[in-house]
Amino acid sequence: MDITRLIIVAVGGQGNLLASKVLGEAALAKGIPVRMSEIHGMAQRGGVVESSMVFGDAQSTIISDGDADVLVGFEPCETLRALKKCSEKTVVITNTSPIPPFTVTTGQGVYPDIDMVKSLIRKKTRELVVVDAAAMAGKAGNPMAVNMVLLGALIKTGVLPLSAEDVRDAIRTKTRKGVVETNLSAFDLGYEAA
Amino acid sequence: MHKLLEDRPGKEMFLLGNEAITRGALEAGVAVATTYPGTPSSEISLNFFDISRQTDLYFEYSTNEKVALEVAAAAANCGLRSMCIMKHVGLNVAADALMTLAYLGVKGGLVIVCADDPFMFSSQNEQDNRFYAKLSGLPMVEPSSVEECRGMVQYAFDLSETLQEPVIFRTTTRINHSTAVVSLGSLSERKTGGNFKKDPFNYVAVPAVSRNLHAKLLKNLTEAEKIAEESPYNRIEGIGDLGIVVSGVSYLYVIDALNELGVRDRFKILRPGFTHPLPKGMIQAFLKGCKKALVVEEGEPYLEEGVKVAAQEGGLTLPINGKRTDLFSRLYEYDPAMVKKVIAGYFDIAAPADHPLDLSEVPNLPVRPPALCPGCSHRATFYVVKKAAGSMEYMCTTDIGCYTLGFFPPLSMGDFLICMGSSFATGCGFSKATDKKVVSFIGDSTFFHSGIPGLINAVFNHHNLTLVILDNGTTAMTGHQPNPGVDMTRLNMTGYGRVSIEAMVRAAGVGYVAKIKPYRIQKSITTVREALEYRGVSVIISEEMCTLYAKSLQKGGSRPFYVSDKCRNHRNCISELACPAFYVEDEKVRINPALCAGCAVCAQICPENAILPVKQE
Ligand code: SF4
Ligand code: SF4
Repeated sequence: MDITRLIIVAVGGQGNLLASKVLGEAALAKGIPVRMSEIHGMAQRGGVVESSMVFGDAQSTIISDGDADVLVGFEPCETLRALKKCSEKTVVITNTSPIPPFTVTTGQGVYPDIDMVKSLIRKKTRELVVVDAAAMAGKAGNPMAVNMVLLGALIKTGVLPLSAEDVRDAIRTKTRKGVVETNLSAFDLGYEAA
Repeated sequence: MHKLLEDRPGKEMFLLGNEAITRGALEAGVAVATTYPGTPSSEISLNFFDISRQTDLYFEYSTNEKVALEVAAAAANCGLRSMCIMKHVGLNVAADALMTLAYLGVKGGLVIVCADDPFMFSSQNEQDNRFYAKLSGLPMVEPSSVEECRGMVQYAFDLSETLQEPVIFRTTTRINHSTAVVSLGSLSERKTGGNFKKDPFNYVAVPAVSRNLHAKLLKNLTEAEKIAEESPYNRIEGIGDLGIVVSGVSYLYVIDALNELGVRDRFKILRPGFTHPLPKGMIQAFLKGCKKALVVEEGEPYLEEGVKVAAQEGGLTLPINGKRTDLFSRLYEYDPAMVKKVIAGYFDIAAPADHPLDLSEVPNLPVRPPALCPGCSHRATFYVVKKAAGSMEYMCTTDIGCYTLGFFPPLSMGDFLICMGSSFATGCGFSKATDKKVVSFIGDSTFFHSGIPGLINAVFNHHNLTLVILDNGTTAMTGHQPNPGVDMTRLNMTGYGRVSIEAMVRAAGVGYVAKIKPYRIQKSITTVREALEYRGVSVIISEEMCTLYAKSLQKGGSRPFYVSDKCRNHRNCISELACPAFYVEDEKVRINPALCAGCAVCAQICPENAILPVKQE
């Protein structure tokens, strides 16, 4: 089976670990080989969280620089930071709402211009899908569902061997009961927007 | 029911490596599990903690790794299958027990899980613990994948009982924190009622006894090597004449590399999973058919040295390499692309050129280091100590926990750190060697772990320093595990005692002891100033629950604060306190109400009194 490599980057607290878990469960239910690896040390303390997922017949759980087929960035500056994982064949999906790191507040760093982020990624990679996930999550009735919006956009690109229904099923069984409905609407909004 | 207790053999689950290890132990019928939490091993213990409340499995958070190993060693010598879990540096703490426990051995299986952390994602060093197996003479196994963990834990228990020795189960972060589909085996029944048969001439390690026990250990080691030669976890794959010897997670990278290069049929791979003692005969047989061999392993050349010794003893002269400047490094983690490149280079295989993206146009991006949470009590304590010290010249020794993050500017409270529990004793050294005021910080859990001897030393040897114990009622850094100072009844858990830090400090004879509530800034500053001025050992106990933990227990819920029009842009809140709830918008200071924990510290330091609680509707 073909190998597809996905990287998700986010800021601690944005729910990317749940997003990757949903994808993993969807793949398991469908009988697609899947492996993943997470670096979540100090995630709760506002650092960067990265998950790598490998679908298909590969053994490794980590993804080397330049090897990602698809990159999902939950925060635009972090998407750009992860560009080294991409090649000119990579499809990139990014949320547009920034979460400036505290080093910007203290004046130790400058937050990049969002339009520059977009055009740079667009120029370097195969395709960039831009989603205002925060707004859509709000619209779906659950501001925490940024992760589900981005999952929707990711599935729409067709890069992963998973259908929208596969992922919807996993959302139904693997996310908290009280938020399943809003998660599903968030997923659908992301799917339609991409 | 805990998901790892599901008794459906053959069921496939998407499990974290640490979950697969826990499941493996349950399938092996583990009866006793002990630990001191440490990343990347912590989830094993979190799972056992939950499971122990639903079954007759005994689990404990021990005060430190040495204690954990000693408790497990006793249980195993009563015939109970036991597991002791720690991160790599934890084995340094437990090493004293480990070395002689190897002489005594065990009756019931004892598996010591130790999780190494190449690249130091969350550790102070990246020592290679495989050398502990060599040093102690204990058998060691190492999984290469998440899938392999479950069965290998079972194997380790059986091996431990066959050899009557503890077995080291060594992992690395990429095993512990990877997730894959694991097919469950069946749970076995736990044997819980232990029985100790007195046998002091084999159990009391005095010189005369130990002389015999050491000989016994060496005999076991010979036996272990025989088993390693036959072990299903040591295997040779393929029939080519190019050889790769690889263990641990690097095995996955090698397989992917050979497939991608399309040369798997030219290679023969030796994958030892039972890695101490190494199967010398098997290595020699493997090398005999090879023209050239490469050893792939993260960390130190442990395997490489073993393979070279085996080759030398077998009179084999083929080139064998591994760690070399143009090949593999002893530093950090490996990754598939890098392993592929080295294999292609070493064996002269044409590899498709990679075209890395030109990233020269990417501007310097603002870094995003982890930070103390908004409202973290440690931030308040650091601020208080800084203000109390005023213009006094001082230095800070710090310790391991969330509060280590206080060494980042602008707080900059941390000048020296080596290991768990070191802050008091290094403080003693600095206070003697220099004439500077020394302030030593330690968290509650780390205080119990190994800080207490440093405190006693300070009193006995008459040092002059101020010790600040940051008591936030939990072991925050590794995921909020309890420690001996925690009031377990608040968590609705019975069957626990509680140790008072204050009583311990007073009992040690400290001349000046005071408690502060760090959110009360002015009052705390006055108290800390007294402590700093005291000549001798003074101790401040700063008590306030970890904000994140309080939130998870739904004990938070304070009103957030906002910056009113009175703000005149001094920005002390940002430049001195650096609470991450603050941000600047259109040159105005703002507070993100979703992040603010309502600790009110910023409100107390604002010279304009511009920071106010949000009015409730
Ligand atoms: S988890 Fe607790 S102790 Fe750690 S930084 Fe957050 S509030 Fe502070
Ligand atoms: S009250 Fe002030 S210092 Fe405390 S969490 Fe809120 S913004 Fe941060």
